[in-house]
Amino acid sequence: MRPARRGFKHQTAVSTGEINRIIIVGAGQAGGETAQRLRQAGFAGDITLIGEEPCAPYQRPPLSKAYLAGKLEMDRLLLRPPSVYAEEHISFLPSMKAVWIDRATKKVRVEGGRELPYDALVLATGARPRKLPLVGADLDGVRLFRTAADVDAIRPRFVSGAKLVVIGAGYIGLEVAAVARQSGLETTVIETAVRPLARVTSPEVAGFFLDEHTRQGVRFVLGGQPAIIKGQDRVTGVGLADGGELPADIVIAGIGVTPETTLAQHSGLAIDNGIVTDAECRTSDPHIFAIGDCASRPMAHFDGRVCRLESVHNAVEGAKIVAALITGQKPHAVEAPWFWSDQYDLKLQIAGLFQGYDHVVFRGVMADRSFAAFYYKGDKLIAVDAVNRPGEYLGAKMLIQTGRSLPHDVITDETRPMKELVASAR
Amino acid sequence: MPKITYIEHTGKEHVIEAPNGQTVMEAAVKHAVPGIDADCGGACACATCHVYVDPEWLAKTGEAGSMEQSMLDFANDVEDNSRLSCQIKVSEALDGLIVRLPKSQH
Ligand SMILES: Cc1cc2nc3c(=O)[nH]c(=O)nc-3n(C[C@H](O)[C@H](O)[C@H](O)COP(=O)(O)OP(=O)(O)OC[C@H]3O[C@@H](n4cnc5c(N)ncnc54)[C@H](O)[C@@H]3O)c2cc1C
Ligand code: FES
Repeated sequence: MRPARRGFKHQTAVSTGEINRIIIVGAGQAGGETAQRLRQAGFAGDITLIGEEPCAPYQRPPLSKAYLAGKLEMDRLLLRPPSVYAEEHISFLPSMKAVWIDRATKKVRVEGGRELPYDALVLATGARPRKLPLVGADLDGVRLFRTAADVDAIRPRFVSGAKLVVIGAGYIGLEVAAVARQSGLETTVIETAVRPLARVTSPEVAGFFLDEHTRQGVRFVLGGQPAIIKGQDRVTGVGLADGGELPADIVIAGIGVTPETTLAQHSGLAIDNGIVTDAECRTSDPHIFAIGDCASRPMAHFDGRVCRLESVHNAVEGAKIVAALITGQKPHAVEAPWFWSDQYDLKLQIAGLFQGYDHVVFRGVMADRSFAAFYYKGDKLIAVDAVNRPGEYLGAKMLIQTGRSLPHDVITDETRPMKELVASAR
Repeated sequence: MPKITYIEHTGKEHVIEAPNGQTVMEAAVKHAVPGIDADCGGACACATCHVYVDPEWLAKTGEAGSMEQSMLDFANDVEDNSRLSCQIKVSEALDGLIVRLPKSQH
């Protein structure tokens, strides 16, 4: 039976009146969570979830971890079983692309021409992986790494003894390299910067991961410039600008993403490294929200600095903020940004934003493969990279969230448990 | 399939059939049991899947590993029978398991 329809007053400075029809564009982590959390919060109006991919919303993190390793089936990646959408009266439209937003009449047009009216629109269009700007990038065996379909396409060749070249040494590239080594592939990582993880962590922590991967048998070409992908129909190798060549059966590109803002841009919403929103995820049109990888918003714990984050935390948080706002519930208490990465038996857990740090101190030693790097700007703790140190990660996250800090020599004092230190912080 | 009973903080019960090999967290999330957020999807990174294991079942669920224990140290309202439900694997031995949910995961 259909739940009775109830409208919700929109609790914003600009009143948008009753909200009975919500359209969510993008059925990834952010879009899927939004639909679910709206229903959980008691929203009884129409929810339409439009997604370009053929499957129900799923989690991407395992793609470069357990799913690539063949240890997790697709149905376990799904946020919820596909039957839930019908049960909860969420009109889920897979394999459907939204192509136009008419803001004046508040309608979304989908491929094929159908137009759907909305009272509130949530853009959760995510990000698209950057394509390799190289001749040969379309050859069979060369793959970007964003969707379950990307991994499914690679899997048959992702076997022991195969030669893999990963282009880009960010977290995804290094996670793929780790799974590859554990699966017996000959693995080379090409990175244009002089060190891996250059954009996302300190030279010290990057050095730790470089050593670890090297020990595990990954070859690195740092400061390398891929110039051409070689092969007839199938890839056979990667040519470097210096004339070198690396043989390859598979090439995986992990060279970053660009926010998917096409729809927003065409309809004249403000864009600046993603769709610009306020802290409550509202775009420059008060009837339209933007969340997840496609959006940038001011960060509560970082003096309102505007950031576009690419993380599960950010996708889920956007969904929580929007669902609470639309249903008039208590606003979601924002968390300090957090992220994780699994490589071999190393669990890296990150909280805060390290950009702009002027000092880093360590608790524990790298040689033990269990340590935490705390990043400071002046006296203020702004981020942590914790390797196999969940207590240090959660403790630092709590400090950052509550605007507290600990002096360098205190936070590194291993004779005192992290929990005690956090309790003593002011 | 093993049956697991989740009891919300309000006392509301949810009895769920959980497939072997999945986790106690997954079965709850897939059936939209309120009170388990599981933001990280089971990566032991968020500590928002905290449950209290019914004391009768503690021997069968086993003890928290060291990673999990360190995470639990920072969760709210932790008790001796606290666990992260994403770290408990469902098996026939857990048929009938009862877990209670905390007031809040944050
Ligand atoms: C391999 C991999 C590993 C990762 N590992 C981690 C990790 O360990 N920890 C972590 O925190 N984060 C990780 N991330 C990042 C995290 O998965 C993303 O930040 C998150 O998925 C973003 O969610 P989203 O909903 O904003 O975007 P997406 O998940 O990209 O979803 C957007 C969806 O919108 C659809 N779409 C776009 N335009 C349209 C349109 N016009 N019409 C209809 N549909 C449209 C897209 O097809 C897509 O399905 C990883 C990402 C990848 C790819
Ligand atoms: S689901 Fe995140 S720690 Fe259990």
